[in-house]
Amino acid sequence: MSIDTEDRPVADPSSPDPMPDNSLGGIFRAYLAKLRGGEVGSLPAVLGLVALVVVFSALRPEQFTNSFNFANLIGQSAGVTVLAMGLVFVLLLGEIDLSAGFAGGTCAGVLGVFLTRQEWPLLLALVAALLTGAVIGLLIGLLVARLGIPSFVVTLAAFLGLQGVLLSMIGEGGTIPYRNDFINGLNNSNLPVWLGWALAVVCIVGYAATTYVADARRRAKNLTVQPILLWALKAGLLTVVVLAVVGYLSVERSRNPALTSLKGVPVSLLVIVGLLIVLTFMLTRTAWGRHVYAVGGNAEAARRAGINVFRVRLSCFVLCSTMAAVAGIMIASRTNSVNPNTGGETTLLYAVGAAVIGGTSLFGGKGRVIDAVIGGTVVAVIDNGMGLLDQPQGTVWMVTGLVLLVAASVDALSRRRASATGHV
Amino acid sequence: MSPLLELRGVEKSFGAVQVLRGVDLSVRAGRVTALVGDNGAGKSTLVKGMAGIHLFDAGDYLFEGEPVKVTNPKDAAALGIEVVYQDLALCDNLDVVHNMFLGREMKRLRLVDEDTMEQRARETLDGLSVRTLKSVRTPVASLSGGQRQTVAIARAVLWNSKLVVLDEPTAALGVAQTEQVLRLVRRLADNGLGVLLISHNLNDVFEVADDIAVLYLGRMVGQIDAASTTRGRVVEAITTGVVPEGGAA
Repeated sequence: MSIDTEDRPVADPSSPDPMPDNSLGGIFRAYLAKLRGGEVGSLPAVLGLVALVVVFSALRPEQFTNSFNFANLIGQSAGVTVLAMGLVFVLLLGEIDLSAGFAGGTCAGVLGVFLTRQEWPLLLALVAALLTGAVIGLLIGLLVARLGIPSFVVTLAAFLGLQGVLLSMIGEGGTIPYRNDFINGLNNSNLPVWLGWALAVVCIVGYAATTYVADARRRAKNLTVQPILLWALKAGLLTVVVLAVVGYLSVERSRNPALTSLKGVPVSLLVIVGLLIVLTFMLTRTAWGRHVYAVGGNAEAARRAGINVFRVRLSCFVLCSTMAAVAGIMIASRTNSVNPNTGGETTLLYAVGAAVIGGTSLFGGKGRVIDAVIGGTVVAVIDNGMGLLDQPQGTVWMVTGLVLLVAASVDALSRRRASATGHV
Repeated sequence: MSPLLELRGVEKSFGAVQVLRGVDLSVRAGRVTALVGDNGAGKSTLVKGMAGIHLFDAGDYLFEGEPVKVTNPKDAAALGIEVVYQDLALCDNLDVVHNMFLGREMKRLRLVDEDTMEQRARETLDGLSVRTLKSVRTPVASLSGGQRQTVAIARAVLWNSKLVVLDEPTAALGVAQTEQVLRLVRRLADNGLGVLLISHNLNDVFEVADDIAVLYLGRMVGQIDAASTTRGRVVEAITTGVVPEGGAA
């Protein structure tokens, strides 16, 4: 193999980075170059989302676009989205967790048993449920990372096993109701309108200010930094989206406002955004997060660099199952009860689909937590919109399957494109 | 003065296959020691044992005259031993800075300190007169072989290491890049570091090495002073496992 670097553009040694083009056109061209290089990120998912929303809005203008349905959609998608956020960590390793859905159901069941049957205090029952998730993840992680059993097989076994655990915990055809306002409120109630606006402002100002300060500091130290215009575009886009969403959710959406008022940002959205911020921070700002990417990208290189690959793998499985516990509680909260099918049926498959549709690679090493949120929204819009079109469930599943196939193809094609052009 | 690194009677087997049969090796600070040998002589196994990736089955491992236990890559790094592998061991999905600090990220308030890491990475690359990298934030996947080699060597130098082990650093490089890397190797030794250079290319070896250690089927044939020998003698030692008369140091 003959390799020479002489044919590559060699920058002037005094400035290691060529002066970036900071104009609007320059930013756009840089983005296009990235896309052509195969770094498509979440763009296909976002475009797909826009297309789906346009189609459903055209076909069912009354039902699809009203704010009641919008809030409903968030509640419907919350469980799958939270599950997908946890799965991103396992997918980043190039592994899979098929048991996450029923792990969530089992943890929701544990919550039901302790909260409703044993009448434990809320906090204790909640800790027990989350701990159950962590222990499930620990066992799966040990089997995968220590014994080296493929995660597909381990989690397939756990999928079957946990389904049984949930069924025997609750009993054939039974349910455990939740009678706790906090738990039931997680995926049913709304924030006061003023609080929604306040959090929106905190979000926007927080993002704009922290990124601006960080950029300014890097600029002062002469480090690589995004153009100010790009920062403004990102902050502006965030502002528009957040204000539009919060504004729409602050509209009265009750069919009979005199009887019950229904307005404000759903609590479930707050849970999703909160988890998104915390998990993204862990993945991008901590050494552990870097190690997750490293293990997913090249486990042998990570090992030689002295990274404890075993512990990184284990922690990702524990995190995934713990997030599954949160997801299970969100799903059960929606119906105020747990049944033997909580977290079953299509939940897990939708969640894996959501992460992949959002742009997380099944091959490991590439993905972000926000992929899960974008992909989860796509899946929810399909499910919700097809339902409004009075399509039979068969059609819904066929369409969802098709979308997932398209997303997986985009992933595979962009990888080929990326390796051909020398990107990731 | 005792050698920087000394191995005595080192042995290693993989199942029934004995790869190293009582190997002695010493590397002195400020000198480039070349490790040569034919394919299958055990060079890579020897290096992996030094780096703590494999454990030697038997033998003594001395560093700065003291017996040490190296059971994992962290132990080796703690002693100041850095290895640049033939396959470079870089993560394609991470950028240059993250690769250089892989496993040893600098932290501020327990968070990854990207700013300082990027500054230090660039200082190190500038110190090595590296002009081929467009940006230290480029993913390694998009770099050429020569650029990757540069990143890997820069990573080894970043840590004020005492001994740098280079496994076939010029194997995949063009003429100009080879020249640059060899100059870099010489500069490392001139700065007082011990350098162990594993190479097939005797041109490279005779250009930079101070002494030459020849491995033959898992045995150390001998460590020869480069100035007092010739290429023909080294080739003979590599192929026959016997140091010709008058060649031994």
